[in-house]
Amino acid sequence: MPKLFSGAEIVFKCLEDQKVEHIFGYPGGAVLPIYDELKNHPSIKHILVRHEQGAGHAAEGYARSSGKPGVVLVTSGPGATNVVTALTDAYMDSVPLVCISGQVPTHLIGTDAFQECDTTGITRPCTKHNWLVKDINDLSKVMHEAFRVATTGRPGPVLIDIPKDVQFAKTKYKKPNNEKKLNGKTHNKFSQDQIDELIKLLSKAKKPIIYSGGGVINSGPKASQALREFVDLTGFPITSTLQGLGAYPGDDNQFLGMLGMHGTYEANNAMHDCDLLINIGARFDDRITGKIDEFSPNSKKVHIDIDPSSINKIIKVDLAIVGDVTSVISKINKTISKSKNGHSKSNKSNIAKWWEQIEKWREKNSLNFVNSDESIKPQHAVQRLYELTKNKDTYVTTEVGQHQMWAAQHYKFNKPNRWMTSGGLGTMGYGLPAAVGVQIAHPEKLVIDIAGEASVLMTMQEMSTAVQYNLPIKIFILNNQYMGMVRQWQELLHEKNYSESYSEALPDFMKMAEAYGCKGIKADNPSDLDYKIQEMIDYDGPVIFDCHVDPNENCFPMIPSGKPHNQMILGPNDQEDNKIKGKGKALV
Amino acid sequence: MPKSKSAYSIPTKKQKSETYIFVVWVDNEAGVLARVVGLFSGRGYNIESLAVAEVDAIKNISRITIVTTGTLQVIDQIKLQLTKLVPVHKVAEFKREDKGVIFKEMALFKVVGKRNKIDKCLNACKKFNPVILDETKTSAVIQITALRREIDKMNKKLKPLGLISTSRTGAVAMTRGAKIFN
Repeated sequence: MPKLFSGAEIVFKCLEDQKVEHIFGYPGGAVLPIYDELKNHPSIKHILVRHEQGAGHAAEGYARSSGKPGVVLVTSGPGATNVVTALTDAYMDSVPLVCISGQVPTHLIGTDAFQECDTTGITRPCTKHNWLVKDINDLSKVMHEAFRVATTGRPGPVLIDIPKDVQFAKTKYKKPNNEKKLNGKTHNKFSQDQIDELIKLLSKAKKPIIYSGGGVINSGPKASQALREFVDLTGFPITSTLQGLGAYPGDDNQFLGMLGMHGTYEANNAMHDCDLLINIGARFDDRITGKIDEFSPNSKKVHIDIDPSSINKIIKVDLAIVGDVTSVISKINKTISKSKNGHSKSNKSNIAKWWEQIEKWREKNSLNFVNSDESIKPQHAVQRLYELTKNKDTYVTTEVGQHQMWAAQHYKFNKPNRWMTSGGLGTMGYGLPAAVGVQIAHPEKLVIDIAGEASVLMTMQEMSTAVQYNLPIKIFILNNQYMGMVRQWQELLHEKNYSESYSEALPDFMKMAEAYGCKGIKADNPSDLDYKIQEMIDYDGPVIFDCHVDPNENCFPMIPSGKPHNQMILGPNDQEDNKIKGKGKALV
Repeated sequence: MPKSKSAYSIPTKKQKSETYIFVVWVDNEAGVLARVVGLFSGRGYNIESLAVAEVDAIKNISRITIVTTGTLQVIDQIKLQLTKLVPVHKVAEFKREDKGVIFKEMALFKVVGKRNKIDKCLNACKKFNPVILDETKTSAVIQITALRREIDKMNKKLKPLGLISTSRTGAVAMTRGAKIFN
């Protein structure tokens, strides 16, 4: 007779078979049998967070920096509801998470039992799929399917809700069966015809642009490699979404910087004026497109994506290729190389004029700002941080707001999986716990959370996690005492009515660092900045860096609401220039 | 155009909405209807009517028929979003005007009144295969099968003839001829 295992044992056997090494969690009544079993599985390390949201974001940071699914373990009721923000965040940004939640025993479900909530009901709209396992015989199958759903196609979070009696019940264990298909949901069915059609468009294009996104990162390091080859073969300019940063080297000349609401002048104008737009693994998000009706009006549009529902959702495209970025781009590269055997010249000469135009836009130097030797400008702080860390293989997470945009604009990423930020959901409080997860996945690497003081306070408790596991994460706070992005919108659009966007009673971050048992560093003078940043990098342990920056700085350039790409507001220098025409002040 | 104070773009072009019927084959498991219906409400799609029942007890397949309205872009999205759901096997969609597909709804009318009124009701329903399911001296339950708008019309027409209660299903659909969906 085969050996019988308890539900809790089966959970761990599945995690072992799925090669899980770390789980992020917080114990509670309804998951105690699983926690009881933890000691018998030394290959799996549990990271105790301080709040379940932190567990979710840490697992996201872990997943995004390592390419492996992040695993979360929480209890029923509040444990599950606390993780909802992180699940939604992972859903929006396509991060593979497997969340295991405890549930009250099956006979109490529906009775408003202690710490009961309808977990599968609550998480249904923010997961790719979820399961309530009422029968122990389904558990191993569901666990393995959960990993498959989370990691295949467009990745995303899943949740498995396991009632306490099921964790105790016993049954046989079933190994994963990789044969079974998910109702035929494989999305790699592009044809050579489509590739040939794309090649035709490439050769005809005079003003092409490549717009790449998080799909390239999600497709794995090979996708970034293929993308670099593709850009090299074609000689086309490339811009990237917030989530795609790092797929193509940020300091390369063919890279135009990020596009969208706070993207560069050259990237946005190129998007507007191009005649061929190749979207690789991005989803025409509203922060990218600006006004839909005037989005890239004269271009043929190509969309390469693994998720068919992303195609034609917002922008109608002329050629859609549904497939995994790695396979599609590799195929394109092969086809280009083959067809080039006859004639060595590509259409690079066709696009020389286009590059001239782009260089003209570049001269605007749209990321420019007026530096000061009295107060630290936040852009300057990010630039110095970049200069002092660029030679290390640095991993950067962020919170959400102005600091996030400055980080995206001024920190140049050269490798994929080095940049973890909450783009879709825009979750303040993401960066600190995400940094915890990144550091767990890469214990020897330098991990920095570029933070705002308002955001970081939302999940500050996870410093305690960092200290417990001696994770040397660096929390680099651009402290302007405001919810900066809120303040900026209020300044530009709400007649400077700074309603509730000023934090009147901020904590002393130095004392906070001391209280958590980590190091605190404070900088408020530009001349001290470099050596203090160096001190942070050199310190072997977690650091909270309180960088006092100019509170009135705005994040430019920007596309104001309801405007197309070619009507950007530039920084203060340009606004001075344009004063006579009144242009660029239209919104103020 | 008034100055926008929103961080979001302003809706501009409005396209024409059309009525479509979706047929969805799903695993008959707990919560599957909630997933399908939740997708519609969560993404702001409209449901005009809904009919669902198991159609294959061995393979455990249910068939959901949903009548909805939306622009072509929305209809396209509904199909793609439905297809992404894990328990969904197959999705088919048809324009309401599609001549190759039969759409039917069923209605039960309770009429209370004298015999001559009930006969008048039956007569009015003649075109829609009326069946009397229950009959007393002063009442009758009449079943008809018809299109949505025909049932709407009958519902109004029978009111003065003693109709006191109506119960109706959502539309179900089947292709004409030998061919099947997909």
